[in-house]
Amino acid sequence: MKLKLHVWRQKNPISQGKLVQYDVDDISEDMSFLEMLDILNEKLILQNEEAIAFDHDCREGICGMCSLTINGKPHGPQSGTTTCQLHMRTFKDGDEIYIEPFKATAFPIIKDLVVDRTPLDKIIQSGGYIDVRTGQVQDANNLPLRKKNADLAMDAASCIGCGACVAACPNGAAMLFTSAKIGQLALLPQGQPERKERVIAMTETMDNEGFGSCTNHYECEAACPKSISVKFISDMNKELMIAKCASIFSM
Amino acid sequence: MVLNSNVPSGDIRNSWNNHQFNMKLINPANKRKFKIIVVGTGLAGASAAASFAELGYNVDAFTFHDSPRRAHSIAAQGGINAAKNYQNDGDSIWRLFYDTVKGGDFRSREANVYRLAQVSNNIIDQCVAQGVPFAREYGGLLANRSFGGAQVSRTFYARGQTGQQLLLGAYSALSKEIQKGGVKMHNRKEMMDVVVQDGVAKGIIARDLVTGKLERHAADVVVLATGGYGNVFFLSTNAQACNVTAAYRAHKKGALFANPCYTQIHPTCIPVSGDHQSKLTLMSESLRNDGRIWVPLKKGDNRKPADIPENERDYYLERKYPSFGNLAPRDISSRSAKEVCDDGRGIAATGYGVYLDFKDSIKRLGKEVIEERYGNLFEMYETITGVNPYKNPMMIYPASHYTMGGLWVDYNLMTNVPGLFAIGEANFSDHGANRLGASALMQGLADGYFVIPYTIANYFAGITPGSFDTTSSEFDKAETEVKQKLEKLLSINGNRTPTSFHRELGKIMWDNVGMGRNEKGLRATIEKIPAIREEFWNNVKITGSGAQLNVSLEKASRVADFLEFAEVMAWDALERDESCGAHYREEHVYPDGEAKRNDEKFSHVAAWEYKGVGNKPTRHTEELEFENVKFAVRSYK
Repeated sequence: MKLKLHVWRQKNPISQGKLVQYDVDDISEDMSFLEMLDILNEKLILQNEEAIAFDHDCREGICGMCSLTINGKPHGPQSGTTTCQLHMRTFKDGDEIYIEPFKATAFPIIKDLVVDRTPLDKIIQSGGYIDVRTGQVQDANNLPLRKKNADLAMDAASCIGCGACVAACPNGAAMLFTSAKIGQLALLPQGQPERKERVIAMTETMDNEGFGSCTNHYECEAACPKSISVKFISDMNKELMIAKCASIFSM
Repeated sequence: MVLNSNVPSGDIRNSWNNHQFNMKLINPANKRKFKIIVVGTGLAGASAAASFAELGYNVDAFTFHDSPRRAHSIAAQGGINAAKNYQNDGDSIWRLFYDTVKGGDFRSREANVYRLAQVSNNIIDQCVAQGVPFAREYGGLLANRSFGGAQVSRTFYARGQTGQQLLLGAYSALSKEIQKGGVKMHNRKEMMDVVVQDGVAKGIIARDLVTGKLERHAADVVVLATGGYGNVFFLSTNAQACNVTAAYRAHKKGALFANPCYTQIHPTCIPVSGDHQSKLTLMSESLRNDGRIWVPLKKGDNRKPADIPENERDYYLERKYPSFGNLAPRDISSRSAKEVCDDGRGIAATGYGVYLDFKDSIKRLGKEVIEERYGNLFEMYETITGVNPYKNPMMIYPASHYTMGGLWVDYNLMTNVPGLFAIGEANFSDHGANRLGASALMQGLADGYFVIPYTIANYFAGITPGSFDTTSSEFDKAETEVKQKLEKLLSINGNRTPTSFHRELGKIMWDNVGMGRNEKGLRATIEKIPAIREEFWNNVKITGSGAQLNVSLEKASRVADFLEFAEVMAWDALERDESCGAHYREEHVYPDGEAKRNDEKFSHVAAWEYKGVGNKPTRHTEELEFENVKFAVRSYK
């Protein structure tokens, strides 16, 4: 098939970017979206133009590196799918496709389609873990856990940290990302000792790193390639309220 | 050169404990005087960096990704082995040790493997304490499943995302230490060279991938946790950025490269669909628990799978290996697939594919159970191929997946260059000539959490902390060399892209140094590689500058190293004139097609010493002793 692409090109973080049009043909429907861009890049290099920079790595939907906004949607039109798992059979011959980076205040553009998502790491660093040292532990089966809770924790833990939730949110909020980690750890017996401090610290960092707040658009859930539920956001808000009350009454 | 493995003497069951006691310790107040560089933040790198910082050392950790959580460990699907015997099915440390030595076809170090089996249990405890959501049974305890090459259920898993969950566990420990200040994290920085001063590793040259700036980083030790080199085949299940550069540049600085020809081909991947293909996707081996592998009995049978009656199907693994059946080890399963396809009975458009069929399991267990076990894998298959595997059998074919070879290390995980350590897939130590499923995660975490934190202290006890200096002439020289190499690449301005060279190299390697190897093909490969390399250095084209994010420059720099490394691999495959595990020399097979080892001549590690580009490297050997597991022909029948 033949396609008309409009790709965001931006030399560096401070320069002005713009959409540039490229035509590609001979695209097979079995190709992945990124393989289609590979082919364009090979062509560009031979035409003495710079290859389009885009983040990608595992190409099997798990590393969370790929981050394209395709026709206005983070990770493109197919729900529950990362950019790298999007295949060209989703498109038709002659389609016009707009390819832009993930757009959010907290994710500055580095070049072309590559953005800086380190603020997500900062959120995790502020408390998205259980403070246990190597070796300082008991036998794994001494910590039984209801299967239902284990499964729910796993639903939350399947977050790949791609940031599509942030890019999809009209407020650029990282609520789904943050709540998934908080939700996972709150469901586990191991997560209890730091539960209250964790939610306060992580939501504070979220605000300080330039992410917006939630106004219940639920675009995040729709864009999430792992279909993580917004229920974790309401759980997080509950966690936060309890933790704040507890800190006021020093419980 | 004499290779001293430093394996402690005495009963293997006590050797690690004795060794731990005999190793020197560093007083807590002195630990903060030592600085450690860790390159790579996958399972091995992240777990090591976090554990070092917890102990009080200063750590500088590097990843070329935008975040430490992206490392390719994340893609491991199936699970992690441990000798917990939670299933009461007769498992033990000894059995895990035995299975791993046997699975590795008697080409690994017994003492290393025993230690791996020993600490496997600690890993599960550690991960659960970190909040890794492993699968559970209704009683709330941990669930297990079985994996290839074992007759017990010892594999712990988190749906089909075990690698992701373990990596996120290690990443969380790392994040905790970044927050506390013990680890300084360097994102989007790629190691370009190791700096060796007076024979001792003292630091690295790294390139900031965003600004293109070269940086000098010095430390008391350098730990490489930079993964494997499976992308030498161009198409593999590895992530796009996986490469040999860090290990190979260390090799050029004197570190020996051990057993590079041991490359694992994973039996269950989605077959190639066309020339555009950039990678092959693995379908977890755990699928073989409930899926049955078959091809049509007749050659060129083009009927739809559903139209082929039972008696015209060949369930070849069940037929050839009745006791292990579809769970035969990876090398055997892969070769059997190649065999039936070479015989003209393969399926898929290319004729290189076999069926993995869940019809019987769905009938026996119900769709819900299969969905619960493999739901995300089935979805992934459908996304990629557009075919629903609940209704049609999957099509699979082997692909390059893991590399058992790597930098030579002793029992302490140190290379022959003092101060340079290698952990995880980057070293060669534990899997011999074939790795069993669910053992890579185990080894990465064993090295990082439970081995190197001890052995590094022993090394530190013999040196003065802080004796490094980024202004030394060695740093000058290393930086200049890296700079010149990048400038050279940018200046060629030829007619071919870096990827086209990578693809050309990969095809030659897959055809001749892949699943089956023979003398003629290997010699031809050794002749062809220098010609491709020569053309690369005269005709590669890279656009853009070196002073910015430049994806084609990064790619070219990595391809350049593959073009040299591939030759070492071919030499190793040629000189190892036997078949063992994943190394299958067509000249050395039993009449039934099984790999024929030559223990008298080749029961050793081959470790290669760099002798200049295009020159044959020198082969050194470390003899392997088998005192606990007796040599036997591997039989999974």
